[in-house]
Amino acid sequence: MIDTVVQGLLLGGLYCLFALGQSLMFGVMRLTNTAQGDFIVLAAFGAIALAAATRLGFAWVALAMLPVAFGLGYVLQRVVLNGTLGRDPLPSLVVTFGMSIVIQNGLLEMFSADPRSLDSGGLNVQSIGLPGGVAVGVLPLVTLAVALAATAALQALFGRTALGRAFRAVSDDSETAELMGMNAGRVYALATAIAFVLVLVAGVLQAMRTTVSPSDGPLLLLFAFEAVIIGGMGSFWGTFVGAMVLGLTQQIGFRLDPGWGIWFGHLVFLAVLVLRPQGLFPKTRG
Amino acid sequence: MLLRTHDLKAFYGDAQALFGIDFHLARGEVVAVIGANGAGKSTFLKSLVGIVKAPRDAIVFDGTPIGGLPPGEIVRRGIALVPEGRRLFPSLTVEENLLMGSNAGRQGPWTLRRLYAMFPVLEAKRHEPGTSLSGGQQQIVAIGRALMSNPAVLLCDELSLGLAPIVIREIYAALPAIVAEGMTVIVVEQDVATAQRVSQRVVCFQEGRVSLEGPSDALTREQISQAYFGVAA
Repeated sequence: MIDTVVQGLLLGGLYCLFALGQSLMFGVMRLTNTAQGDFIVLAAFGAIALAAATRLGFAWVALAMLPVAFGLGYVLQRVVLNGTLGRDPLPSLVVTFGMSIVIQNGLLEMFSADPRSLDSGGLNVQSIGLPGGVAVGVLPLVTLAVALAATAALQALFGRTALGRAFRAVSDDSETAELMGMNAGRVYALATAIAFVLVLVAGVLQAMRTTVSPSDGPLLLLFAFEAVIIGGMGSFWGTFVGAMVLGLTQQIGFRLDPGWGIWFGHLVFLAVLVLRPQGLFPKTRG
Repeated sequence: MLLRTHDLKAFYGDAQALFGIDFHLARGEVVAVIGANGAGKSTFLKSLVGIVKAPRDAIVFDGTPIGGLPPGEIVRRGIALVPEGRRLFPSLTVEENLLMGSNAGRQGPWTLRRLYAMFPVLEAKRHEPGTSLSGGQQQIVAIGRALMSNPAVLLCDELSLGLAPIVIREIYAALPAIVAEGMTVIVVEQDVATAQRVSQRVVCFQEGRVSLEGPSDALTREQISQAYFGVAA
């Protein structure tokens, strides 16, 4: 039982990283990025390709790609996604869905359908033994720590910095924020740039943990969605808790029957949608 | 003249809201814009701050055409709006709402310390959500937020909207101190008596046009009623 709980929480760490970027973009812009999973896969393949080309370790690869992810998010928001924002959520849904198709087919064309992974330098097979015969994988532990740090950092950014104040202000009322001298389009672009850094981190860790293939995106999106909705749209700690709940229930399902894990997660997601549609911790407020 | 509009027209889609407004504002002046609902008062202010688009040359501020510039650029040049309905940011505290005004990056006498000295209630409630305050206190936050941009011209849209008369008097009591700092003010107000009391000049709008203009203390009730409603009292 303890092992199930521990493994569930560790899995939740990865789901949290899948979901944080989604939570950030929804919290600031009310934008649902249906290409979130595909961008994670794109980041994973980017890291795999860069590592193969340069023979750099995963940490250096991730560091090298950070400015690229930040820049891509910034430019994508400014050039494409800002034009889709408004009261009607449909344009952004359609545009990101289109991106999802383009990314999947582009990756298939470039890398074929073969699953690939990123060399973790043995980190993915190392474990720490705990009392009671429970073994904790080092990579999942690192992933959980990164998820915890990223959630705390986002919360601090939102609640304690001028940029976080700007994020909350444009989220509340972008027209009045512009009357205060703020460029809402630029603030949105910064939010997406940060979300894409999180996407990169999630992609690198996913590629280190397991294999990735170009068609993985929709399933990762589903996990991200479920974590965000269980936790409450636009709430970072809510997303963290939602991811933990998802990981835990999936792990309990896997324990009962190897075919039930994902299904158990979906059941909890549906139960939250029916009983508490606003999620467990709706909307971050500083 | 600090601010001048010439033949200012404004539209909401195909609907025209302003029909060639000629307006001028001298430095240090307090002008009240009055008129019935739908007369175009708020649209006029929105045109001045760039929310409603206007031709570049239709609005000249400090010698420079500013019509149609983005709102952020206009506030950086020195025109700030206290919007109708206050429009505080619900997820920001009182102090954070005030700090939003300083995004314009203009230097001047208005700082957090100065505002807290002038409105002690703001300091007492600085960590509370802005929208948790009473209507009058929220209006003070909205005024303070605009002042934090250290504007040359302060535009106040319906400060008295939804407030008790005693609260309205308290809010307008702060106006002389603000003007004493060299501020130039346009007040949009439906309450004619208040408008005349706080301003040096009154401009009356009717159906998107200026129907009357004159010194606040010289206009008679009959003149204003005629200009306000289009009929004699």
